[in-house]
Parts: sequence; C-alpha cells; structure tokens
Amino acid sequence: MRVKVLSRNPDDYVRETKLDLQRVPRNYDPALHPFEVPREYVRALNATKLERVFAKPFLGSLDGHRDGVNCMAKHPKSLSTVLSGACDGEVKIWNLTKRQCIRTIQAHEGFVRGICARFCGTSFFTVGDDKTVKQWKMESPEYGEEEPIHTILGKTVYTGIDHHWKEAVFATCGQQVDIWDEQRTSPMCSLTWGFDSISSVKFNPIETYLLGSCASDRNIVLYDMRKSTPLKKVILNMRTNTLCWNPMEAFIFTAANEDYNLYTFDMRFLESPVMVHMDHVSAVLDVDYSPTGKEFVSASFDKSIRIFPVDKGHSREVYHTKRMQHVITVKWTSDSKYILCGSDEMNIRLWKANASEKLGVLAPREKAAMNYNQKLKEKFQYHPKIRRIAQHRHLPKSIFCQIKEQRIMREARRRKELNRRKHSKPGSVPLVSERKKHIVAVVK
Amino acid sequence: MGTGPARPGAEPGTGPHRENRGACPGPAATATVTSRGEQYDAARRFVARSACGAMAEEWLGTEVAAGSESGDGEEEEEEEEEDEPGPGPVTAPALRQGQEEGERRHRRLLEAISSLSGRKRRRLAERTEASAQVSEFNVSTKGAGEKLVLSELLQPIRPKSALSGVKKELTRVKQKAAVELPLSKEEAKRVVREAAYVTTSKDVGKWQQVVLQNRRAEQLVFPLKQDIATVVPLEQAVSAWKARTPLEQEIFGLLHKTKQPITDPLLMPEEAASLQAMSLEEARQRRAELQKARVVQSYYEAKARREKKIKSKKYHRMLKKSRRRKALKEFELLQKSDPEAALARLEELEQLRMQERMSLKHQNKGKWACSRAIIAKYDLEARKAMQEQLAKNKELMQKVRVELPEEKPDDVPEEDLMSVTIPTIPMGTSRANPWLLGKPSSPAKEPEAQEGQGDVLEPGAAESKEEMEEEEEEEMSEEEALLQDFAQKRHVRQQRAGSPEGPGADATEAVSEPLGDIPVPPVCAEAEASTGIEPSAGIEPPAGAQEGVLLWQQLGRARTMEDVEALASEEHVEEPVATGAETGARQPVATGAETGARQPVATGAEAGAQQPVAAEAETGARRQQEEGRAGARPAKKAAAQKKQLISLQAVLEGRAQEAQCPSLPVLLEEEEGGIDQRGVITEAFAGDDVVADFRREKHKAEQDAKPQPVNLVLPGWGEWGGSGLKPSTRKIKRFLLKPSPAPPRKDQHLPHVIMSEKRNIYAAAHQVSELPFPFERHQQFEQSIRAPVGATWNTQRAFQKLTAPRVITRSGHIIQPISAEDIPTAARPALEPVPGQGAQRGWRRGRMGL
Repeated sequence: MRVKVLSRNPDDYVRETKLDLQRVPRNYDPALHPFEVPREYVRALNATKLERVFAKPFLGSLDGHRDGVNCMAKHPKSLSTVLSGACDGEVKIWNLTKRQCIRTIQAHEGFVRGICARFCGTSFFTVGDDKTVKQWKMESPEYGEEEPIHTILGKTVYTGIDHHWKEAVFATCGQQVDIWDEQRTSPMCSLTWGFDSISSVKFNPIETYLLGSCASDRNIVLYDMRKSTPLKKVILNMRTNTLCWNPMEAFIFTAANEDYNLYTFDMRFLESPVMVHMDHVSAVLDVDYSPTGKEFVSASFDKSIRIFPVDKGHSREVYHTKRMQHVITVKWTSDSKYILCGSDEMNIRLWKANASEKLGVLAPREKAAMNYNQKLKEKFQYHPKIRRIAQHRHLPKSIFCQIKEQRIMREARRRKELNRRKHSKPGSVPLVSERKKHIVAVVK
Repeated sequence: MGTGPARPGAEPGTGPHRENRGACPGPAATATVTSRGEQYDAARRFVARSACGAMAEEWLGTEVAAGSESGDGEEEEEEEEEDEPGPGPVTAPALRQGQEEGERRHRRLLEAISSLSGRKRRRLAERTEASAQVSEFNVSTKGAGEKLVLSELLQPIRPKSALSGVKKELTRVKQKAAVELPLSKEEAKRVVREAAYVTTSKDVGKWQQVVLQNRRAEQLVFPLKQDIATVVPLEQAVSAWKARTPLEQEIFGLLHKTKQPITDPLLMPEEAASLQAMSLEEARQRRAELQKARVVQSYYEAKARREKKIKSKKYHRMLKKSRRRKALKEFELLQKSDPEAALARLEELEQLRMQERMSLKHQNKGKWACSRAIIAKYDLEARKAMQEQLAKNKELMQKVRVELPEEKPDDVPEEDLMSVTIPTIPMGTSRANPWLLGKPSSPAKEPEAQEGQGDVLEPGAAESKEEMEEEEEEEMSEEEALLQDFAQKRHVRQQRAGSPEGPGADATEAVSEPLGDIPVPPVCAEAEASTGIEPSAGIEPPAGAQEGVLLWQQLGRARTMEDVEALASEEHVEEPVATGAETGARQPVATGAETGARQPVATGAEAGAQQPVAAEAETGARRQQEEGRAGARPAKKAAAQKKQLISLQAVLEGRAQEAQCPSLPVLLEEEEGGIDQRGVITEAFAGDDVVADFRREKHKAEQDAKPQPVNLVLPGWGEWGGSGLKPSTRKIKRFLLKPSPAPPRKDQHLPHVIMSEKRNIYAAAHQVSELPFPFERHQQFEQSIRAPVGATWNTQRAFQKLTAPRVITRSGHIIQPISAEDIPTAARPALEPVPGQGAQRGWRRGRMGL
C-alpha cells in the first residue's frame, strides 16, 4: 500500500545560514492586502510620533573658552578638528571625537575677529582687534612658546578674514576689502566702494575668484578678484551681518540680516532675493551652508539656531538649550551630519543636523525601515494630524512670546496696508511682494 | 501784454525789458506779482544799467548804452512802471503816479541846475542793493555764465597789426573739433563695474544646467567625487612592461616577426574597430531589442503550437468560419474603398477556384476518402462526411456562370451555401440593415422599444433558419449580432403584418408609443410563458419600460410648454386615473387613448403630475393581469416588482420636474415683449438644456446615494456550480440582502439643489482640506496618496526603489564643494553659458521640482 503524504523541498524554506533572513513567500494580490492608504497613514503617523520622540539633537558642549566665542573655522581636511576664536583673543583647537581642547593660543589682544584655515589644512589665519593678521601652524610646536609663522601689521582694524579655496590668497575686510598674497606683507589689491566698515567677506567656493561682502551701511557687495573690481551692490532695509555661498550652486548665496530674516540671492538677479527665510525673532548673526547645499543653519541673537531648507521660507528645525545665550557663530560640519555653534556664554555646542537620526552603523533592515518611515512622513506630510505633530516644537517662553507678538504685528501691518489700499485710488498703493519689500536699491 | 496802458511807442531801449516780459507767464501772472517785488526788480535793473557806464558798453547791448547816454532814463522808468504793474488795482498806481510826479519834478530841477554849470556831468552810479550781477568794483559779471567765443576775442585785433599771425593760428585752431572730455572717475568706475558684472554673471551662469539637474535629481550621493578603485587597463600594464630576459626577447622577436599585436594584445584591429563602432549603450539597447523580438516570436510560436494541438472540431469550424467572415469583411471594405483592387482579388479567387476544380481534390479518391468509404457502411458520421465531400465536389464541378463584378461575391470559392448573409448585405442593404435606410421609417427609439418582442419571438423566427445558422450565432461578433437582430425583427414585423392579429398589435404599439410604456402584446406574453425563457430575458422588459418612461417625460414636457395657457380641470385629469385603475386590466389601449385625448386640455403642471399616475396605474394593472395568467413564476414576479419600483421613482421624478418647469416659459413670455436680448440668449442656448441636465444629475445623485442590495450568494455552495449554471432562485432570494431604505434626502423638496451627504466630519479632521503647493489638481495629489510604498504591497525591489532617500551622505567623508571635475562628462556641455532669461525661468521651475 502506498501512502501519499505532503512533501516539500527543504531548499525552498530552509535558510543557508542563520544570519539569512527567513524566506517568506509573499502574495502581492492587492485583494489580500486591503486598506493600503489607511494602513500607511497609521504607519506615517507612528513614524512622525517616533521621530519626535527620538529627536534629541544635543550631543555635547566644548567648554574651555574664557570669553564668548566670536568665530569658528572648520578644518578642511579633518572632520574631527575645529578651531575657535574668543573675545579675549584666545584661539582654541578642538578635537570633536574626544570633545576636548587640544591646543590653546593667545593669538591677539582684544577680540579674535576672524579665523580661517588654509585650503590644505596646514596652517590657519586669524585677525584681531590689534590690527594684525597672523598665520599659525596647525600642528603645535614640539617645545617652547606658540609663535605665528607670519604677522602682518595693518593700519586699520580687520573685522573678518577668508581664505581662497584653491590658491595661496586670502581676503580681509575692515574699511576696505584687501586681497593678500600669503607671501607678501602688503595687499595685492584693495577693493572699496563707499566708506563704511565691512563686517564680513567670503570667497565663492565654486567660482573661486568671486567674493561677497557685507558692510554696515546695509549693503551687500560682490567683487571679482580677477578684474579687481566690485561688481554690484544691493542695499537692503537693514544691515547684513554675514553671508555664505552655497557650495553646490555657484550663483546662490544667503545673507543673514539684522531684520530677523535671511535672504537667499541669485547673484545674477539681485533685484529680488529668490527666497526670504523668516522665523527668527531677533537679529541673525551667522549663517552656514550644509555641504550638500540643500540646507543651511543660522545663528541668531534670540538664543537659538535654526535649520532652513534652501527652497523653503520657514525653518524645519530649531535648536535651543536653557544655557545657550546669544549665538554668535555657527558651522555645519563637512560630512553634513553635525552642527557646531559658538555662543556668548563661552561654550561651543555640538548638535546633530538631523535631530532624530540614529548615530552609528545601521543594520540594513534598520536602514530600510528608516527610509520607509522617511518616505511615509514625506507622503503624508500634508495631513493635518501628522503635520501638527511634525511641526510641534517646544520653545523657550521668550521666543514663543516674541513669535506671537511678531505675528500680531505682521498681521496688523498687513491689515493696515489692506485698508489703505481699499480706501485709496486704485493702483496708488501698489502690491509689493515680500521678496521685493526688503530691497532698497541695486547699485550698478 | 496788451492789457497794460498804451505805450508811447516802441523804443529801441526796450530790449532787455521785453525779455523780462517774455519771461512772465501771462497777464494774470503779472497782475499777481507783488508791487514790492516789481520795484525791487526795476530798481535793480536800473542801477545795473546806469552803473555799467561807458565801460560796459561793449558787454551790454548797444541799445541799452545808447539809451543811458541819451539820458532819458525817466522815460524808461516810466515805461517800466507802465508795463509791469499791468491791470492791477486802480488805487495803487494812482498813488504811485502822484509820487512819481513829484520825483520827476525834482529831477528836472536838478538837471536844470546842473546844466547851469555848463559842463555836462556824468551821474555816478548809485548802488542801492546788493546783487550778484554787480561786483563791488563796479564790474558787471553778467556774461559769467556764458561761453567765451573766440571770434569775439579776435575782433579787436586789426588786420594789419603784428598779431595777425596769431589770429591766423587761432582761426586754424577753431576749425579743429575739440576732444571730448574724459568721463569722471565715478562714471568710469561704474562702466567698468557694469561690464565686469555682465561677464561674471555670464560666467557663473554656466552652472545653471548642473544646478537644475541636481535640484531635480531623484537621488544625490555625496561626496560627489567617489573614489572608485581604478582598475588599470591591461594594455597599459603591458605597455609598461618590457622584455628583459633573453627568452622573453626571443619570444617578442617572434611576435614581431609575425606581426602580432603587442601593445594591444587582447584586441585585433578589426575587433577594436567593431568595439568603437558600437558603444556600450547602443549594444545594450540592441540586445534588449533582440531579446524582446525573440520573446515575442517564441510567444507566437507557442500560441500557434497550442492552437494547432486543439482537436475540437467545433473550434476549428469556428476558426474557419471566423476566418471566412474576416476575409469577407475585408473584401467588402476593399470593395468600398478600392473597387479595382477588389476586382483583381476576385479574379484571383476565381483562379483559386479553378485550380481547386482541376485538382479534383474532393472526388473521394484520397486516402482519407477511401478509408471513409469502407467505414461509411457502418458509421453514420462517416457517411455524412462523405456526403458532404460529394456535395462539395458537385458544387465545384458546376459550370461557372459569368457574372457582373458586383455580383461576384457569390462566387467566393470558400463560401458555403448556407452563408446567407453574404448576398444580402451588399445587395439588399436597403432591406436588411435599418441603419442604412435613407430615412428611418420608424423613430429611433423603435428598436429599443421592440427589443423585448424581438427576443420573445426569436424561437419562431429561428425555425426558418438552418441549424448551422444557430451554431454560427453563438460565436458571432457583436455588430453582426445586432445586424442579425434587426433583420430578424424586420422579419417578425413583416410576418406580423401578414398575420390576422397583426393590425391589432400594431395599433397598440402606435397608441401606446406616446405613453411610452410598452405593452407586451398578449400573444407575446403567452409565447414567453410557454417557452419559459431564462430570467435574463424576463428582466429585460422593465429596463425598456424605464427608458420608455423617461422618453415619455420628455414628450410630456414639450406638450405642456405649448399649452401653458390652456385651462386646467382636475376632474378631467383625475378621471383617467380611475379608468386606468378599473379598466386598465382589460384594455390598456383604450385608457391610453382616452388620456391622450383629454390631455391637451390640462395645464402643464397638473397634467404632468397626473399623467405618470395614470401610467403607473396602468402598468400596475397589467402586472396583475400578467400575474394572474402566469401563475407562480417567482423570477418574473421579482422582475415585475423591480419594474414597479423603478416606475414609482420615475413618477416622483416626473412630478418634481413638472413642478419647476412652468416658471421658465412664463418668464420668457413676459420678457419677449420688452428686450430682445433675452430672446437672443435663449436662442443661442437653445441646444443645451441646463435644467434638464441638472435634473438628470440630481436623479443620478439620488440613485447613487441609495443603498445597494448586498449579494452574498456563493455559487456552487451546497449545489453544483460551474459555467452555465446559475445558483438557485431560492438561494438568491435568501442571500440577496435588501438594505433598509435610506432616510429621506435633505434636498428632497429643493428642486434646484443637490445636497451631498457624503462628507464625514469625523474623517474630515484627518483629511487634507486644501491642495498642497506643488500639486496643481486634486487628482494628482490623490494619486500620490493612493499608490502604496510599503513592502506589504510592493516587491522588495520596487520597495527599495520607492523608498530611496533623496540625499545620501557617508559618515566620516568630507563633502567638498562642487567643481567642474565632479560633473560627469555627459553633462559637461551643460557647463556652457546660457541666456539669462532662460536661466531665471529655470530657477523657478527648479524650485518647483525640488
């Protein structure tokens, strides 16, 4: 007699090693998996909630400065090294992985106004209130006192410095923009346009002959180093504190303004900024682009830093801690994972650029789940319940109240304009777009 | 200036004054100028003039000098006075005249005294006012603003003086054009800046394409410059290597002798050429194409093999027939489009036929035929087959008639005798195909109305056909079925016309047509009962009836429009209802006629309200009648009930429409007398009946909102199932769940409103209330939400693709700013400068895509 039994080939269901995933035969018939939208909606909701739960961006602070941190610079070749200059003329070099200071130099008397590293990472430059430009070696000397490689004595105070991205040239600003050869003690050329103190100068990282500067007479001036001439000047309503070029888009730069806003400009069309980024409630003091060129971070006098997508008018993230005072300088690290900010109360803080990101190595399944969650959040971001959770941020009372106040003020202004328009001759009160509103003039 | 008093005469000394006057805007303006200002002006001018003296003769106009020399300053003074005040108030000039009189006298006196001395003394200039025109050294600076003209300087030089040489020089210099002034420093800088800006922004603009690409990119991987482990090509490795040992040298010597490729040992020149000829991309594409072609080919082969294997005779017969039909159709088309080609094809067919005839293929001589012949004695089928073959042979052996090309379709060799349709379609189009009639004798709705009857009478009609025809019918295409249907109906109608009860039936039809309800003639009903047609046929008539009701509604409304002013008598209308209810069971025709006769008197609204009631009563009555006749027929009953439901709805609908209709024509009547525009508009929009459209829409919305019966019937459960088997009626009755009727609609009594009650406020809190930014239509957004991305619904690969992150960064890697080397060579040409305007637009678009 023959008995028929069910028999299966073990090859179809037995794993080769125990590290392999279990093979799960799947039937993708949509009839068997109904309610795909509601189910994904729930998953998106959960993902959004979890993101908020895991949003712990603060990693640590680097303390050691004895005065407010005034400027910072990234090491171009090492991710773990960062330089900072304080208001008492001290420069410190930090190791981020160990979170400790590896070197301290008394560089200047008075403020260290600006600091920048050479493109090769072998030396760095500082300028200070003592009218000097100093070049330092990146490595500490084996013995003895710290001495600068070069010191240039200038006639006026320098307020900022930036190094060329490819050549041995750097630029300082003060009363005018000076472009220096590293080998010489006098500037190669001085660029002026008007007479006012220039607060910051930045080289374009892509088209390296381009420079942008902002002065205290409310203008932003662009220069061309090759022709040693200024190009164009935009005058805004209020003073621009600093600007930063987009490292992936040659003609885009963002300016941090005193009027709480940031303006992203296309240098070819300066008549109006391509985007006005508004969320801060006090003057914006510094801005730095993510190396991917998709986002930037801004530091503000309102004791917070915010992260803005380049193409959005509002920030996606705001970081603050109880002890962090006015943030003076901010940097986005070169691997685009972390943010550093230096503030008044002598600390440098290290943040995650993505608040809820899990650090360290991810298993493939974790990665897949993360991607899926990200996609779901993106897909359902417009749904009110999800949006509410995703946008919720706890803010310090001062900022919260100021936001509310400013909203009221803005609304009142808008209403007034509306009324004025309503009660005056049609066409006499023109509609001025938000982008055009803040530009006073463009000077050729 | 005509307003001032008449002047003593135009004097030569008035030159400058005239200028002054000319500067005045007009009489009115002069009048308003304050007198003090005038005096000041006059005094100033006077002083200036007198101060110049002889010395200023050259600079001032000669006329002025002459005037001052002649010493009649007073006259000038007077004139000024006369000129400038203009038509001012009378009192002021009068007063002033008095003063002047005194002054003049005083002056005359002085003059007289001075003349007594005998020597004419020159009056010293008297400076009364500080002036820009007068310097303290009595030198006028009048010409200060003017240009110095060379000729004026040269004038005083006399022709014979020693300076004549200089003069010549100067005149020569005068001929030459002056060199333009250089731009001011500021201006020059500005020009440089502008030029530099234009060139620089153009330079930067070359990144535009790259930037846009990166913005639109589905995925960006940073750092852009991936350090790929470079594999050194073998050729390079080989070329770097040199033969050293004697053995190697010997080998290389041999290779050189035979001209083997050494530097590129892997590829012969031809190979290299071929490699160059086809790039990797192309090769891939080509390979994909070839693969596809192969797949398609194998698919067709498999299909053909499968079809060939099918043993079913029926299938092959069908196949043959379908092929034949296809050929025929093609031929017909050809005949229509290109008669010449059709003729040629006919001839070809004729040739084929001749060949067939000559080959004697059907003469029972073949192997198969012989075998059949043996079996034929015992086997009925074999005998039949043989007979068929013989018949075919006979047919083929027939003498061929020579025919006109139009009638040649008869001679298609493959055609069977039984394919009747072939001659009828081309020849008798006018008879067979109602669509091709020049003017349809029956209204368009006739086929619909008669569909039920046609179905009913089919068996009778089918009797006249051959068996094969029926067989053919099964696998007919739709259009053909339709044509056949029409033909049959026509046939039936003809038959009926011939039959004794025909006229009666026709009469019913004719009368009932305006009513819209199709009364199934008793004969037909009986036939239906006797034949016991399947439920589907039974259900069909109600649908027709519903349509009929709708049609009737249209008709009814048209009539009411005409008879708006007609009298309304409710008694008249109510009567038919009664009659309908009472007598309808026996003679629906009569009631129909009755109502039809009385209707024109009724008003639109009331008639509309009542008519359907009558109709309904009638249908109800007929239903009873039918029930009585048919006895227990549950399916039929259900159908009838359904019919009633629908007709009730139709009635309600009808009432609603009639209630709102009259307002329109009344308004129109009023307006027509006054403004023509309304009429024009109505004329222009005569075609689109908005009211009816809306009504239809509302009806549809109502129907949609109605709860649908739930079908829980499981075929094959507890009984045999399969194709062609229907679940039992008992089961259907049990498991077809009828929902409880929906609560009354909120817009029930609002004829102009559709209120949707679909919105769920509990769900609304979770729904997106307005269209998010990048989307342009809500369908787009819905689509984006609808497609699931999870692994539950997608294969692993699709899931990975769908959830790929936009930006990938590697931890611990420094991302350098973009540079020209990072851009793949394919995109390099994009680094060319682009025009500014396009760039601007590009940015906008780019931002959208982000």
